[in-house]
Amino acid sequence: MSADANEALSRRGFLAISAATLGGVMLAPGIRLIEIAAARAPEQAVSRQVRWGLLIDTNKCAPGCDDCVKACATENGLKDTGHPRTDAQWIRKVELKDMRSGRTHSVPVMCQHCEHPPCVDVCPTGASFKRADGIVLVDRHICIGCRYCMMACPYKARSIVFAEITDQNPDVPRGNGCAEGCTLCVHRIDHDRQPACVEACTRAGHNAMLFGDLNDPQSEIAQRVAKYASTQIRADLRLNPGVRYQGL
Amino acid sequence: MNSNGIGALAGRIARAICLAALLLPVPVSAAGRVPKPVIDIDKPGKCVEDTATMRREHPDMLRHQRDLTMHDGIRTRKHSLKECVQCHASTKTGSVLGDKGFCQSCHDYASVRIDCFSCHAAKPKLASGAKP
Repeated sequence: MSADANEALSRRGFLAISAATLGGVMLAPGIRLIEIAAARAPEQAVSRQVRWGLLIDTNKCAPGCDDCVKACATENGLKDTGHPRTDAQWIRKVELKDMRSGRTHSVPVMCQHCEHPPCVDVCPTGASFKRADGIVLVDRHICIGCRYCMMACPYKARSIVFAEITDQNPDVPRGNGCAEGCTLCVHRIDHDRQPACVEACTRAGHNAMLFGDLNDPQSEIAQRVAKYASTQIRADLRLNPGVRYQGL
Repeated sequence: MNSNGIGALAGRIARAICLAALLLPVPVSAAGRVPKPVIDIDKPGKCVEDTATMRREHPDMLRHQRDLTMHDGIRTRKHSLKECVQCHASTKTGSVLGDKGFCQSCHDYASVRIDCFSCHAAKPKLASGAKP
């Protein structure tokens, strides 16, 4: 994997980070100049100050384990229709092998929730969009099922639904003819819960997945990203994905 | 000429009969002949707004709420479709669809197609562990 694409920090970016860091300094107990990632009230819109992300430790991700994939299917109502080639796939396990050293990796790959998502660029209706807090979603109300986003995504993270769907999870509406992909379990995040894959991985004791706010210097994910080397898949595309991999 | 005169007279009589029909009190039995939607309403009473407002404006409320939820992550319960289903699903079928279902019966009557439930669940979320 190539090095991180964010090596060149622009002046504006540096100033923004400096301001955020200064703002994070406590003026008095409980009072900050700029509130970073404060818990959101139910009627309050999502904020650009938050950037949700995942950190996946490939050293802890066991080959053959698909706890995250199963949890995703259960949570989001992805059912096996008997057509594996066309079934929607929100998360998959990819087995990698370095042919020179023989070292193997097994990594879950899902929508990488890019800062500059190509699926949003190509969408002719504006159905594919990025939420203020960095989650890339499909608004099925305006999706026409053209599948441009599936073509544009370098991570093959989007699927289209080919069959009528019944018995959806009330929190996860899905239907025939719409493009879809990992939502980072946005319905859970909005209620201060973790994505289903992360929860399942942690519950099973693997601890290979970590979810959190990359913009909050106090969060575990931000601290680990700052401390340890992590890579973004296809960092050369400069899409700045919110999903990072450690140990690749 | 003659036939025209008869036609005009017939038209006048017809108009007079129509007017009389409008002015006369409507017999009570006639009201029963007007088909009305048959709806299973398990929880009668006040919805989030009064009944007249709900009947007229529920599509706009839902459309407004859907954009707030989708784009701003605002998941307040008051005008959400999920909450409609949660409250209005029939206790017999467990759904807002079906012949006497809260949504479908009225939409069938008004001949307005509901697209919501091609993606959204028409049944409320079961309590964990419960079986359908």
